[in-house]
Amino acid sequence: MEIINLTIDNKPVVVKKGTTVLEAATSIGIHIPTLCYMKLEDLNIENRPGGCRVCVVEVKGRRNLAPACCTEATEGMEVNTHSIRAINARRTVMELILSDHPADCLVCPKSGNCDLQNMAHRMGIREIHYKGEQSSYRKDTSPAIIRDIDKCIMCRRCEMMCNEVQTVGVLSAINRGFNSVVAPAFEMNLDHSVCTYCGQCVAVCPTGALTEVDETGAVIRALSDPSKTVIVQTAPAVRAALGEEFGMEAGTLVTGKLVAALRRLGFDYVFDTDFAADLTIMEEGAELLNRLTRHLQGDPNVKLPILTSCCPAWVKFFEHQFPDLKDVPSTARSPQQMFGSIAKSYFAQQLGVRREDLVVVSIMPCVAKKYERGRDEFSVNNNPDVDYAITTRELAALIKISNIEFRALPNEEFDKPLGESTGAGVIFGTTGGVIEAAVRTAYEVYTGKELPRIDFHELRGMEGLRHATIDFNGLPLNIGIAHGLGNARRLLEDVRSGKSRFHAIEIMSCPGGCIGGGGQPYHHGNSEILVKRQQAIYREDSNKTIRKSHENPYIKKLYAEFLGAPLSEKSHHLLHTEYFDRTK
Amino acid sequence: MPKIKLADSTVQTIREICKKYDNKEGELINVLHNVQEKLGYLPAEVQEVIALELNMSVAKVYGVVTFYSFFTMIPQGEYPISICMGTACYVRGAEQVLNEFKRQLKVEVGQTTPDGRFSLSCLRCVGACGLAPVVMVGDKVFGRVAPQQVKDIIAEYHEGCPHEAKSA
Repeated sequence: MEIINLTIDNKPVVVKKGTTVLEAATSIGIHIPTLCYMKLEDLNIENRPGGCRVCVVEVKGRRNLAPACCTEATEGMEVNTHSIRAINARRTVMELILSDHPADCLVCPKSGNCDLQNMAHRMGIREIHYKGEQSSYRKDTSPAIIRDIDKCIMCRRCEMMCNEVQTVGVLSAINRGFNSVVAPAFEMNLDHSVCTYCGQCVAVCPTGALTEVDETGAVIRALSDPSKTVIVQTAPAVRAALGEEFGMEAGTLVTGKLVAALRRLGFDYVFDTDFAADLTIMEEGAELLNRLTRHLQGDPNVKLPILTSCCPAWVKFFEHQFPDLKDVPSTARSPQQMFGSIAKSYFAQQLGVRREDLVVVSIMPCVAKKYERGRDEFSVNNNPDVDYAITTRELAALIKISNIEFRALPNEEFDKPLGESTGAGVIFGTTGGVIEAAVRTAYEVYTGKELPRIDFHELRGMEGLRHATIDFNGLPLNIGIAHGLGNARRLLEDVRSGKSRFHAIEIMSCPGGCIGGGGQPYHHGNSEILVKRQQAIYREDSNKTIRKSHENPYIKKLYAEFLGAPLSEKSHHLLHTEYFDRTK
Repeated sequence: MPKIKLADSTVQTIREICKKYDNKEGELINVLHNVQEKLGYLPAEVQEVIALELNMSVAKVYGVVTFYSFFTMIPQGEYPISICMGTACYVRGAEQVLNEFKRQLKVEVGQTTPDGRFSLSCLRCVGACGLAPVVMVGDKVFGRVAPQQVKDIIAEYHEGCPHEAKSA
């Protein structure tokens, strides 16, 4: 390994050959401002177009200023990050960017979380010396994501996520010069495109150009309507991230405070999507064993591997990109939709409330859930199973609007019956969790024996593609895991060509799984936050007394009183779905 | 966006061009040049076929088509007129020449005359700076064009039988 010696702001620094000036500076605590640059270290995701020029530094002996993010450190280099020339150039660049940016920060949905606003503040920009043309584009509203492209600064982070990480290919830089902007082909609306609504573009957008559709107003109206019973479900990943919105350390579990906050907001029942996750395991696990048994009996029509189907962006992805494989994924609905379906049938009956008078709100780490809840097949007589789906960020906004001091809240418990869950339900929030939960149940159902261990460390981690073989009493069960749709595509291509050797594959659209969802508090490029959220999810799992879905007493009760058995006719009707070829 | 249905033979033509370049993503610009040469323009439906053949996203293809001024999504006139706006041509009065074409043809840049005869576009440097300002009609290059000559150039093609129209 070749070693490079250089100085940055007169401080000596030693780095490996190939290190950039930016990385070298960071390693000694000098934080050169950046805007387009973004690196998610733990996920191997990097955006480095060298486009914004905010990170320029002065290098002794070099005629022009050097962009620190794209300049390799060389032997003997003398870098000055705050020479007057560098500062002036950086400010000029910022002022030019700001000169074509709407100055509506006070009412912008990104206000307080905007990298551009933060950078202007950090550089102390007090005046914009350049008056010029302002871009003016049509606002594009879809069921989940809003594009307000006047606010685009061409950092191209969204484009990188959409193309390189997710391989969805909806967004691209188009046009030239002042007119260049990131848009779908032919500037069509997102809802006409193959967009999956994974929301990873929203997660990385430094400004308010890409945001989620805000449903908080509708939720407040439902809560204040005395004729409605309003219930809420919260997804597993929310409890591992919500605290960040209130200044708490990343990875702080706030389950109890979350329940308390929802109760104070006025929800009549505070339930848990984890309950529905346990239900998903019952159905999906039964489907896996059914397919596996038929496969072992030599049935040539059986489709293996089975693919998980909890992630709505993933579902939309294969409907567009792999419609020929639409009978391969599990037919089980996602936990959000299972919850809605059970709430508006079983629970509404218990309460003696008409489904029209029961409002189901979801708190999700996800923007695609907004799209999913609106799918036609998830409503009965035009009444949706889930009425509103708000993100973790929107919930934080609701809590702030309602004057609730989140950090001071006591820890409270979910309501019964749809609030009881196991550790298996919780781990749905991270990559690898769904399949681990499925293994815990499928093993015991298949072998009739108790699991010798509950933690499957071989299924955990942050690598984009993982695989493991679990011994099912002599049957080696091959399991694949992918997070990020680009990784999913690689596994899918093997399935399509018949090369896949897996029996079951878990797929999550977002890097990290739901903890890294497009609706989570912004990570601002710090992937350590995702790692901490993941650790929190596993901590919550090990804190639970019951850690296998089939041992959830309320799940047992639900089957005994209402559904019969997994894959029963009633289960099929309420808990399963079909997929559509969206290439037509 | 209104959809046009491409003739099977057109799709075949596009596929053959892509195949000529081994369906390589890196050959996109060459493919686009060839297809535009054959079809005159690159409507959305054509870009969709190219994206599929080169195994890349339509958004990327559209990004390249909109980046280079040479590519067009609007059907070209029978005689496409291009005015070079490169530095040399510009400083020698290309803008006045362009304005004269606009005035006489009653179209803006990027448009085609209602009779489908002429379309007007701008280019960036054709590599004939010594002849600045340069105007191209089809493949034919006119050098050192003054606004006063615009009328004659148009007339030359209006007769219906332009001599040497397709050869430089």
